[in-house]
Amino acid sequence: MPNTDTEIQNEAINVDTEKGNFKYPEDYAYDAGTGLTEDTIRYISNVKNEDPWILDFRLKALEIFEKKPMPTKWADKDLENIHFDKIRYYLSKGQVPARSWDDVPDDVKETFERLGIPEQERKFLAGVEAQFDSEASYSRMKEDLEKEGVIFVGSTEGLMKYPEIFKPYFGKVIPTSDNKFSALNSATFSGGSFIYVPKGVKLKQPLQAYFRINAENFGQFERTLIIADEGAEITYMEGCTAPKFETATLHSAVVELVALKGAKIQYITVQNWSSNVFNLVTKRGMADEGAEVKWIDCNIGSRLTMKYPGVVLKGKGARGEVLSIALANDGQHQDTGAKMMHLADNTTSNIISKSISIGKGRSTYRGQVHMPKHLKNCKNNTECDALLINTNSRTDTYPAITTRGENNTVQHEASVSKVSAEQIFYMMQRGLNEGEAMSLAVNGFVNELMKAFPMEYSVELKRLIDMEMEGSVG
Amino acid sequence: MNTLEIKNLNVSIDGQAILKEFNLTVPKGEVHALMGPNGTGKSTLAKVMAGHEDYTVESGEILLDGVNILGEAPDVIAKAGLFLAFQYPLEIPGVSIANFIRASRQARLPEGEDINAVEYYKELYAKMDALQMDRKFTARSLNEGFSGGEKKRCEILQMSMLNPKYCVMDETDSGLDIDALRIVSEGVNMMRSEDRAFLIITHYQRLLDYIVPDVVHVMFDGRIVHSGDAELAKELESKGYDWVKEAFVTATA
Repeated sequence: MPNTDTEIQNEAINVDTEKGNFKYPEDYAYDAGTGLTEDTIRYISNVKNEDPWILDFRLKALEIFEKKPMPTKWADKDLENIHFDKIRYYLSKGQVPARSWDDVPDDVKETFERLGIPEQERKFLAGVEAQFDSEASYSRMKEDLEKEGVIFVGSTEGLMKYPEIFKPYFGKVIPTSDNKFSALNSATFSGGSFIYVPKGVKLKQPLQAYFRINAENFGQFERTLIIADEGAEITYMEGCTAPKFETATLHSAVVELVALKGAKIQYITVQNWSSNVFNLVTKRGMADEGAEVKWIDCNIGSRLTMKYPGVVLKGKGARGEVLSIALANDGQHQDTGAKMMHLADNTTSNIISKSISIGKGRSTYRGQVHMPKHLKNCKNNTECDALLINTNSRTDTYPAITTRGENNTVQHEASVSKVSAEQIFYMMQRGLNEGEAMSLAVNGFVNELMKAFPMEYSVELKRLIDMEMEGSVG
Repeated sequence: MNTLEIKNLNVSIDGQAILKEFNLTVPKGEVHALMGPNGTGKSTLAKVMAGHEDYTVESGEILLDGVNILGEAPDVIAKAGLFLAFQYPLEIPGVSIANFIRASRQARLPEGEDINAVEYYKELYAKMDALQMDRKFTARSLNEGFSGGEKKRCEILQMSMLNPKYCVMDETDSGLDIDALRIVSEGVNMMRSEDRAFLIITHYQRLLDYIVPDVVHVMFDGRIVHSGDAELAKELESKGYDWVKEAFVTATA
């Protein structure tokens, strides 16, 4: 039986990652070794048989990575605990992504079966890509989508096979030099999804990617680029887990979204990394005239997450939205937020952030909304609500809103609330135990926001919250 | 057995004695009213019965059907059959009435068993109709933005949905207008049965015009000083609590 608050809360963390906490023995055909040098980059590019321009892109990125300091303004001291020389940057079994689960190696297949991926695919997905460490093990999209011209491939395949489509946008929404971790990803990227949806094609079901880390001391650097051509619509979902290791693991992705005129992209993340993963991700979308980019971002796991999905509202009437839920349990820091860059008239953006801090868990919201002087009729709405559970919890809000135009409006609301002992007593008087009562209060707190999620994901999210809350009360 | 029995209960908060050698027995099938001036320990008694942890129990027993529940967690006491209708029901943002009651019912089922949603809603709607609650209420956040009367009706709705053996109602009449008082009372009267006991804590007599008690107890300074039938409540109303002080407290002191 746990005795102290910390022990009880540690138990809660253990419960959280139980579903993803298993691993198979390491057996890799390709291993770039430990540490990051020019040779590492050449090795990765060589294994992937890449065109010289891609290698050049990587090498330039490595240079930038080495020169760039760690982020200082939005930094967390814990970043100093990442030892870039102790990480393995590329591990693969030399697999070609299989089109059928039957062709996926047994250990990898079992991994994804335990995570419920093939089942979800059958139930509600238009296509799935499942990445195991550095490379995708499985990738398949419904045939009718292929006939309509939808492209759904890995990053290297996208750049090699369809350079005319992807090259013009690759590294354009998020330049290599954006920050140290976008440079790191640009040097070492492997896997991820490159998607193109042709003009007017509207995907009724989501495409999904699942990112799985199996190896210790490893860094996963997937790269995603989604282009929705004029009037196209797509929903993309990503999930992630890793086993619990003694040592720190790094996940550093770059995700670029391009919504051309009138297109809609919805990008949903349910991040449930284990508590040893540094999750440092750069995500940004570009919305052309009348287009819409929507990020739905749930961060439940990881040791430190730093992620601020953004939308560049480039065309008139473009819309951007970030809906995020972060849950920081003991020992975790969820440093999340949103960026909205208004670059045209009549653009609107909406940010709703809900964070929950438990025990010594810490949540931080950082927002940036930019509306230059020459623009007209731009609107932003920002709401950040924090829920604290027990007195050790910490939450910070750093909104940065710059509005210069005369006809632009911004609205910002922030609230901090606590689950009171009296509320818990009231719920327990009806027969709920303490964990169930907490869980209900937390679910109530995020309830409105969860309605924006596809049903399957809100069910999954509710389950994760319930597991996280179970016994997390000291 | 088949009683709620409180024996020699001594309770303090921050070193100050609130309940002093408190004794009370309420058999199933009966409605008892507990009356008394403010600050005499009525609400403390209600919270201690429900397992609130802010109070220090010095000694005594609270037996539900012969089993001592003192020291148990609030959810254990609730599942043992005790329901407390709160004087000030708490607001739980984002949790709908329907989901809250459902979760409370689910908590009473053995693991692996699920509530039949169709039957559940049928029952919920029937009981809401009886309490003249708009069905749209099911989707509203529990008690959030409710008027005083709505909160109390919602307490009675929960009470009837959870089917308790022992109902403790703490100042349910406070904040109710005359129509709401009548509706709430009818709800309680419908629940009266041989298998259920009520302890109605109230400062005023008016609730007892609608819910006629079998026994009325008068509480003063942490203990019951006098008990009688329904007429006692009316006597209290006309003579006031000063009469109690003079007639019983001074006499027993």
